[in-house]
Amino acid sequence: MHLAYPATLSALLFCTGLYGVLARRNAILVLMSVELMLNAVNLNLVAFDVWLSKAAEETLHSGQALTLFTIAIAAAEIGIGLAIVLAVHRNRGTADIDRLRDTAERPGPEDPDHDGLDPDDPDDSDDGPDRDARAAERPGQAEKAEATT
Amino acid sequence: MTLSATAGRLAAEVTTSAAAETHGFLSPTGVEISFVLVGLVTFGAALVTVTTRQLVHAALWLVVTLGGLAVEYLLLTAEFIAWVQVLIYVGSVVVLLLFGLMLTRAPIGRSPDADSGNRWAALTVAVVSAAALVWVVVDAFRTTWIDLDGPAAGATAVTGASLFQNWVLPFEALSVLLLAALVGAIVLSRKTTPGTTADPSTGKAPTAGAPAKPGPAKSRPAAEPESARARTGEVGPAEPEPAEARPAKAGTGEPRPTAPRTDEGGVR
Repeated sequence: MHLAYPATLSALLFCTGLYGVLARRNAILVLMSVELMLNAVNLNLVAFDVWLSKAAEETLHSGQALTLFTIAIAAAEIGIGLAIVLAVHRNRGTADIDRLRDTAERPGPEDPDHDGLDPDDPDDSDDGPDRDARAAERPGQAEKAEATT
Repeated sequence: MTLSATAGRLAAEVTTSAAAETHGFLSPTGVEISFVLVGLVTFGAALVTVTTRQLVHAALWLVVTLGGLAVEYLLLTAEFIAWVQVLIYVGSVVVLLLFGLMLTRAPIGRSPDADSGNRWAALTVAVVSAAALVWVVVDAFRTTWIDLDGPAAGATAVTGASLFQNWVLPFEALSVLLLAALVGAIVLSRKTTPGTTADPSTGKAPTAGAPAKPGPAKSRPAAEPESARARTGEVGPAEPEPAEARPAKAGTGEPRPTAPRTDEGGVR
């Protein structure tokens, strides 16, 4: 089999996961996309290991060993990631990544009296419906932000 | 001398052309055809996973993707990796993801805000990087041939021998990492500390947490009853004052801290 086939499939899967990480809004969907990227790397490792084990005389089978390690680390990562997402959801009431911007850059020093907890502060340049939806739930969010610090 | 060099070059050309004849760029064998077909299914399922608007369907299409990757491992003769993939990814990771979706109360139907506003930028980045990667990879490994005949390169005996001969120390370090991840997940997902669990029975914890309230509250046990109380209607700046009026009520009205808590569970 040509090495180009698994390598191409791996590249395509990695870019699919890249799109998912960049475009998704729910944190769990972002974790799924990270899993896709990890699997693409695993496929690459296995394919190159099979190629090298036939091409070279003596190998360490490092590709397969690293694939096993990657799978174990991915399992640990998904456990920790889901625990973090559930903790955030319990505290904030949302698993929406676009709303978790408490540590975002503030627009400027023109309002130094802000306490850094105002969730609608950095969104002044956003588009219209998003800002309206944000304004609709502003009291709930302010209260939630204060309650969870 | 030039004659011998020319003959050598000719012989080299003949051998490369013979190699190109046996493993041409598009001369599919049965394994290659199966690999490409399963790869198409896998890639399509991955695309549906990252583009569907139904969150549970995304997790179920992820099962198809990971199962297709397991079949690809089998086609590459890496059988142990394939079954580990089935066990861990399809068996536990997807189940964990489904649990996460259920616990965060993901909507079952279509959710219109599954994609964020920058999806066109993300699409551009993904397509450009995919084009670059595929071009480079195909150009680099166009003539590289994996010999799948003979003894399987990824048989379980080979994998186990190399894992426990050459990779013992990383293997043990990995077990320590898994233990750390286990402890970390338990610590992260533990619901409350003992101070808050004692809260509805005594009513003392909110008054103890109230003096620290005007600043940002330091600990979550003190903040949780405040949030539960704030949802009943006392919001914002009026918070310190009911906190002082609270000890008189805390002795008599015992069920009060519990009622907003159920309400909180219902709202979310």
